[in-house]
Amino acid sequence: MQTKGTNIDLSVDLAGIKLKNPIMPASGCFGFGREFAEFYDLSKLGGIAVKATSLEQRAGNWTPRVAETYAGMINSIGLQNPGIDKVISEELKFLEKYDTEIFVNIVGHSIEDYVEVSERISKVKNVSALELNVSCPNVKDGTHFGTDAKLLEALVSEVKKVATKPVFVKLSPNVTDIVSMAKAAQKGGADGLSMINTLLGMRIDMKTRKPVIARKIGGLSGPAIKPVAIRMIYDVSQEVKLPIIGMGGIMNADDVLEFIYAGASAVAIGTANFIEPFACLEIIDELELKLKEMNVSNITELVGAAYK
Amino acid sequence: MKKNILEIQSNKEIAHEIFELKLKGEFKKEEFIPGKFLHIKCSDNIHPLLRRPMSICDISDDEKQMTVLYRVEGSGTKLLQKKSIGDFLDVLAPLGTAYDLDIRAGEKIFLVGGGIGVPPLYYLGKELKKRGGIIKSFLGFSNRADSFYINEFKDLGEVEIATVDGSLGHKGFVTDKINLDFDALYSCGPTPMFKTLQTLIPEDKRAYIAMEERMGCGIGACLACVCKPNSKYFPNKGYFRACKEGPVFKLHDLEF
Repeated sequence: MQTKGTNIDLSVDLAGIKLKNPIMPASGCFGFGREFAEFYDLSKLGGIAVKATSLEQRAGNWTPRVAETYAGMINSIGLQNPGIDKVISEELKFLEKYDTEIFVNIVGHSIEDYVEVSERISKVKNVSALELNVSCPNVKDGTHFGTDAKLLEALVSEVKKVATKPVFVKLSPNVTDIVSMAKAAQKGGADGLSMINTLLGMRIDMKTRKPVIARKIGGLSGPAIKPVAIRMIYDVSQEVKLPIIGMGGIMNADDVLEFIYAGASAVAIGTANFIEPFACLEIIDELELKLKEMNVSNITELVGAAYK
Repeated sequence: MKKNILEIQSNKEIAHEIFELKLKGEFKKEEFIPGKFLHIKCSDNIHPLLRRPMSICDISDDEKQMTVLYRVEGSGTKLLQKKSIGDFLDVLAPLGTAYDLDIRAGEKIFLVGGGIGVPPLYYLGKELKKRGGIIKSFLGFSNRADSFYINEFKDLGEVEIATVDGSLGHKGFVTDKINLDFDALYSCGPTPMFKTLQTLIPEDKRAYIAMEERMGCGIGACLACVCKPNSKYFPNKGYFRACKEGPVFKLHDLEF
């Protein structure tokens, strides 16, 4: 039995996956963990959402790939990844030694691509879940499935036919009605949602008077987008039954709590990892202290507090 | 590589918008090797959000002081410029891959720097001189007011200066003055300079460059600072990361 205020239970259940704490680095902001493993023990993380994986190796976009903005940054990496073969044989292999839940972010040009990658990734022993990325603004067909409810539902239901691990869908905020997209994912059989991906943005250089980013547009992340994420999670979590991994500019434990109050069951830390390699660890520690202060023994009590 | 909280011992303008920052700490030369870089948090808040990559200009003989030169250019360096003696800085260091210091005594070394690419060559030059290298430096600036550390480089050996407007030294670029009378060449500066070096220097000569790239994380995770490998030597190879495989590369290993 837990005594209030002394033993804090940070563990959460996401579609049957038990995370020791609700903190995981967000896909695209942590590579496959190697760089951060030089700083700390990855087993301390609730989970890791690894870099987007596609069937083929992708080189990514040309540089400049980043532009700083007020309280944020625009990125245009373009899904650079070594392709599924190397991801399985090298990257996921490397992660085997860590006691944490691995979420593999998956991208494709077509339903067939997603299905093939999902089927093969499902079979990898140390993978806990799949995260379908239908929301990357930095490639030609990146948001194709994430902005059309019918297509999204079809994609998810096809993937569900082959996936033997829970399927999360990472939603795009670049839509008029996020709730209808979430419902489409649910209808297709998704086990959970990740939200939100980056917002489309642009910066123009003062000297050249041209867009800073080589591909001109990119995805805005960081504290600047947090209110957008909070609003979307608040709306979606009341309309669908799926657990939500919340993300969008989280920098500290207060931000985590705000996402939890809005209806997220766990959170992903993105941009903060770029500024502070220890961000996830610091946030886990800070979160535990916060709960102690608040006299909350179990973090799941707080999910959706904003409307309950 | 680790996170360091370092005390500022001085922070002063030494040329037009060029600042010399001296930091107190423990900087073992076997770790803080020339070519490696620092990633400095300039703000205590969320703007500007990202750290700023900077080169190591010098490490004192007792390994307790590091010198960093920076040009005030954007919001990060404007904040850095206002920091006072006694303030602390959050610095990730040392990061990246260093210059190859493996030379033989008596070898002729060319250092080729442009603008804010000049600082890391000073620390490099000092270390190569200790290893018996005969140093000749080629330093390029936009004009006399922007030039710095010329006397320091003169302590290392012969110095050639070029300025774009001709207000100091040769009018034009440093690359105008380069010949092939060297055993190893080390460079840091803007990409157009490297492009010119590639046309001047045969592929079998030892030549190294340190890239100045727009960076995100500085530790190899965000993939913002990628550089294109020379397809002749690296067919089907994905991009290099300037912060991890670099910033130092062999001159002909990159394609611009």
